[in-house]
Amino acid sequence: MTRLVTASIALAGLTAMIALDASATPPNPYKAPKLLALGSGTAPSGGFCGALPDPAGK
Amino acid sequence: MTTAVDIHTTAATPIWRRGGLVLAALAAMLATALLVGGRFGLLLAVGLGFGIVLEGLRFGFAGPWRAMILRRDPGGLWAQLLSIALVSLVAFPLLAANQGELSGAQGPIGFAMIAGAFVFGAAMQVVLGCGSGTLVNAGSGNAVSLVALPFFAIGSFAGAYHLIWWTDLGALPVLTLSGWQGAAITLLGLSAIAAVLWKLAAPEHRRLPRRLIVAAVLLAALAVLNLIVAGQPWGVVYGLGLWAAKAASAAGADLSGSTFWSAPASVERLTHSLLTDYTSLTNIGIILGAFLVAGWRTGGLSQNIQSLPAQAWLAAMVAGFLLGYSSRLAFGCNVGAFFSGISTGSLHGWVWFAAAFAGSVYGVKLRPLLKLEARS
Repeated sequence: MTRLVTASIALAGLTAMIALDASATPPNPYKAPKLLALGSGTAPSGGFCGALPDPAGK
Repeated sequence: MTTAVDIHTTAATPIWRRGGLVLAALAAMLATALLVGGRFGLLLAVGLGFGIVLEGLRFGFAGPWRAMILRRDPGGLWAQLLSIALVSLVAFPLLAANQGELSGAQGPIGFAMIAGAFVFGAAMQVVLGCGSGTLVNAGSGNAVSLVALPFFAIGSFAGAYHLIWWTDLGALPVLTLSGWQGAAITLLGLSAIAAVLWKLAAPEHRRLPRRLIVAAVLLAALAVLNLIVAGQPWGVVYGLGLWAAKAASAAGADLSGSTFWSAPASVERLTHSLLTDYTSLTNIGIILGAFLVAGWRTGGLSQNIQSLPAQAWLAAMVAGFLLGYSSRLAFGCNVGAFFSGISTGSLHGWVWFAAAFAGSVYGVKLRPLLKLEARS
């Protein structure tokens, strides 16, 4: 077995995950934020590795 | 004998293959921009850039730490410090001037955080893949990383599930450096580590290859772009945990027992498209970028998969789970805590580095014991 097989499995898994997710939670292009967060005037709201559920840490 | 037709065929094949790969990457970015918005298409492009630089220029985290531990070769680690320093120079003033729009990779220092970083350091040496490295390796066809990746995601989900219990064992408030003074202290700290590495290095390894300098600069540029586009620094493990959380939720699991996954922000992300999650997008981009580079290289995907005993595959699964679980306790992996934490002023990034490097020393010894390489 070559790396082509394993790399293809990785891509197939990724594609399946995105497709299943899109069917469960369809994307909505009409709720898109501004292109850049910098200069958007809105607070950052994405999930991050260091994030706790709320600033109090509880 | 080679005929003109043969020459034409062999010359054309890579062109078609490479052209197809580039077109597919462009189509993925365009489709994402059209389906969910320009910001998300741009972030996928940033992720692709990360994957291309990491795989194309062989820039890593676990490998260079191993090289320092085993051969006293600090080149790769110097490149990491250089890249972090370059990001710091831009990120500190950006964060200071745009506090309402941009945020750093901040996390509290605590008992579980330090233990988590130590375990992460050990586990990343077992599979020879960190947060970004596991994605790059899986995308370029490394079977050990491909096996570890789903367990990494499950571990990240489970670690976040239990995060508050672990944090309650004891943690300091979030401590940060900021402004030009913070940037100066950060650069001094990075220089001090670089100097210590120089002292410890074997004389024949006291050099930083040009390839790694180029990679460090490109990676820094992409990390700054990530901050400007997403409003937050480059991260990896949150996205992986979200993938597993979404799968668990779709399978009917009740996540209300977890303070983390039942928090309003988490519930909102679980009900939105994966393509609107920043770390998911850059993770997907890294895998695609690594695949693109591996497919671009002549013979890049035609290498045979290494044959390993069952114990090694089991070790890859366990280490994958530990990578995910420990990185949530540690408030990030080599990317979210070490790279982005230090470059945006979070003191937990420095503590993470010390604890993870100590863990790596043991992880390097564990790898042959777990049959993932020949014992020396």
